Amino acid sequence: MDAVTQDRFAAEVLRAPGKVLVDFWAEWCGPCRTIGPVLDELEGEYPGVKFVKLNVDENPAVAQSYEVMSIPTLLVFDDGAVVKRIVGALPKAKLIEELGELMG
Amino acid sequence: MFDIVLPQDSKPLAGTFDVLIVGAGPGGMTAAIYCARGRLSTVVLERNTAGGQMALTERIENYPGFPEGISGFDLTEKMKKQAGQFGADLREITTVAAMEPAGDRRWRIVTDEETLTAKAVVLAPGVEARNLGIPGEAEFLGRGVSYCATCDGALYRGKQVAVIGGGDSAVEEGLFLTKFADAVYVIHRRDQLRANKVAQERAFANPKMHFIWDSQPRVIRGEGKVEAVEYQNLKTGVVASLPVDGVFIYVGQAPNTAFLQKIVDLDEWGYIKTDPLLRTNQPGVFACGDARTTPIKQIAWAVGEGALAGIQAEKYIDLLGEPEAAAATESEATESEATEAAATESEATEAAAQSPISSEASGARGTPTGGRSAAHPGGEPTA
Repeated sequence: MDAVTQDRFAAEVLRAPGKVLVDFWAEWCGPCRTIGPVLDELEGEYPGVKFVKLNVDENPAVAQSYEVMSIPTLLVFDDGAVVKRIVGALPKAKLIEELGELMG
Repeated sequence: MFDIVLPQDSKPLAGTFDVLIVGAGPGGMTAAIYCARGRLSTVVLERNTAGGQMALTERIENYPGFPEGISGFDLTEKMKKQAGQFGADLREITTVAAMEPAGDRRWRIVTDEETLTAKAVVLAPGVEARNLGIPGEAEFLGRGVSYCATCDGALYRGKQVAVIGGGDSAVEEGLFLTKFADAVYVIHRRDQLRANKVAQERAFANPKMHFIWDSQPRVIRGEGKVEAVEYQNLKTGVVASLPVDGVFIYVGQAPNTAFLQKIVDLDEWGYIKTDPLLRTNQPGVFACGDARTTPIKQIAWAVGEGALAGIQAEKYIDLLGEPEAAAATESEATESEATEAAATESEATEAAAQSPISSEASGARGTPTGGRSAAHPGGEPTA
């Protein structure tokens, strides 16, 4: 999963065509580290969706503007608008269930 | 060691193990180290991510071997690595839905993904934060409501937060929050703290810490995210509103034992009952850590219990594997196992069980991560 920064957020997420999943994470967050590999797998399974991760320590402004108050938080953007918010680490099957229709 | 349940010509079935350990906190991981090092096939099932309450603790100062202190996250990583290098198989984000006897002296555990069986089970499911049960609490989870300062504190830079509670966790996590937040308001229903003296001294000396005494939160308000907490003074009845961006809740803990209710004996608060050798009322099922009826909730104590539970599981399996035990009826095997294990282990373990109890609590243990813990509401009060 590629990293995205504050400076590139508009270009790579908001103006990107179609769906983009953003993983808000940090080094010190254990559950974030656990779901990282799961998201890497999902990235391979949903070629039509762009997956990126955003480090909340390095990019606090983006995290604040989307009111990310707990991590991991996953936001799915569709043509720049948030269409799904998932807070907390979920097992892969549950993630697929939550994301299923959106990503289909 | 022979697996007495399987047909002689078959390989071990997928999902069939010697020991299943429920929970990867310090107790469960220590049991895993002992079992895996004892060449038992060992799987650890963890609902969240490894470490339990320990992983959520910012700094641990009372666990031996780390004179400079160690972060809960780092200690978790070390324990994980140690269990892993002996071959324990840790499965995180795996919730146990049910546990039941599988016949042939095995236990079956159903997770959200698969069904596993084992000869012995070590229960180390730990505890989780209790909910306040007020309006707004569930609604704003992850959007201002949190049970884990260590997890979410860094997202409150330059903001104002409230901490609910007056015990070790409330005060120590509140102090941690002063690293990020401009102001931390501790709302407590009494007129003094229950926290340990070291934490109290640090809290009263910290200019960012403020105290709202004799008060109970009534509702968390906001639009899309937390904007205020309303609290009532219990002596005057007056309700006030405090503008905050976050509410961190530390009002006690409850054991994660709902899935065990009809399986093993629990005490009136839901903690798992065991004998001094950590055996539950079910043969082959042991318990350790914070979810057991235990005098203290400390990492050092959980680690000791994990060692005992792991060794007990190993001995139990050894006895199962003996031809006479295999031929005996279930109750006979269980009884002879119990007697023999008790005879060999009682000296060491009873010494452990009777050793002086420390109330030292400088490494206060946090509460589970917001996102996951919310799905599992708290139970009975623990204090």
